Amino acid sequence: MPAVTAAPDLDARRAGLDRIAIVGASLAGLSAAEALREAGFEGAVTLVGAEAHLPYDRPPLSKQVLAGDRDGQSTALRIPERYDELKLDLLLGRAAARLDATAGTLELQSGESVGYDGLIIATGASPRTLPATPELDGIHTLRTLEDCLALRREFEAGPRVAVVGAGFIGAEVAAVARGRGLDVTVLEAAPVPLERAIGAAMGRVCAALHTAHGVDLRLGVAVEDFDGSARIERVRLGDGSSIEADVVVVGVGVDPNTAWLEGSGLVLDNGIVCDATCATNVPGIFAAGDVASWHNRQYGEQMRVEHWTNAVEQGRAAARNLLAGPLAAEPFSSVPYFWSNQYDTRIQFVGHARPDDEVRVAHGAVDDDRFVALYGRAGRLVAALGFNWARLVMGYRAKIAEGIGWDEALDGAASLE
Amino acid sequence: MNIVVDFDKCDSNAICMGVAPKYFEVKDDNFLYVLDEHPPEDVRSLIEDAVRQCPTGAISIEDD
Repeated sequence: MPAVTAAPDLDARRAGLDRIAIVGASLAGLSAAEALREAGFEGAVTLVGAEAHLPYDRPPLSKQVLAGDRDGQSTALRIPERYDELKLDLLLGRAAARLDATAGTLELQSGESVGYDGLIIATGASPRTLPATPELDGIHTLRTLEDCLALRREFEAGPRVAVVGAGFIGAEVAAVARGRGLDVTVLEAAPVPLERAIGAAMGRVCAALHTAHGVDLRLGVAVEDFDGSARIERVRLGDGSSIEADVVVVGVGVDPNTAWLEGSGLVLDNGIVCDATCATNVPGIFAAGDVASWHNRQYGEQMRVEHWTNAVEQGRAAARNLLAGPLAAEPFSSVPYFWSNQYDTRIQFVGHARPDDEVRVAHGAVDDDRFVALYGRAGRLVAALGFNWARLVMGYRAKIAEGIGWDEALDGAASLE
Repeated sequence: MNIVVDFDKCDSNAICMGVAPKYFEVKDDNFLYVLDEHPPEDVRSLIEDAVRQCPTGAISIEDD
């Protein structure tokens, strides 16, 4: 699997790589840094991060940490000593401001600049907000540790919670809030949640999970405005009605953090546009994680994946390919995977679905809260969604990677249980 | 090489099982079972992949 062959550090030096900068002290950025060292790169590695923290893990922020079952410190991805071991120059609490790709210089908002021979960009994504959101206390988004702790403090006061957006973040926040006994309303603009990610049929199954747990789920509603004097008091909806709320959590997706790259010469289109090897249009510059839109040969299409596992795998692939150079770089092909814990249900999804895929429940039954649904397109198995059935879902990840046919997948399903 | 799983951390996401099904299995009781705690040296990089991809950092390798 490793693209880097013998004596990678020699290869790197021959290619003129002495200093590698990684922008984004994130899971993808850290994974890239580790892969550089594992491959034997001995030059300088600078890891630049906008947040003041050492790299930390985000999935628990909408689950155990928000629920109060884990503290914030427990999300650190590595112990501090690990960064000495990796010999990283850490520049934390410094957002990247500008890239001069011709000079090979990264300018930071702090005024510092970082020169590099090779660059890996993993600046992630930021939560979208709704247009014209007023400056009222109690309106939150959830991305950072601070966001999580602020929301957790709010939850302690026993507020009425309105969640805008029934995507995975909104769904997890709703589940945690219900777990804490709070009154929760979820407001979703689409008639079915998650349709783009998992299709309408399974979107409805996810919706039912919330109503079964006492969430007031409103589908197909437009959020018009937020009312309140200093603090949010109610959310006004497009149909003229309104929802009383003390806390609002807006979970309407994220946008890749590319604003600082405008004018840099990098091609941007819903993220940093990369080829199959995670290389950008500028030699020596790679991208990974939420910010990277790359050509995933597994599906033959350009995609941007916002999941945990992708950040690890893609960060490592970008690092290996930077060291390998353009002739030896290997495509990063991947079957995306994500999980979500909501109430007592573990939801897992492997692959890449489209709204018009054929969907079949091949194992178990939706009503039992334990099933696996398969997604087929053009005669191939392309995705699988499972509720509380990790063993089967993970088996399908390998089958999708192998390119198993749709009929074969359906015929073979019974023998897997 | 010894595969060590911290079962307090394990969240049964089964990613390890996707990476190295011969060594890890999340069974239908939703618990992870290590099928062979002493894999041969030639699968070290595979086990390292499983270690790295575990979202809760529950798996580690101890050398005998």
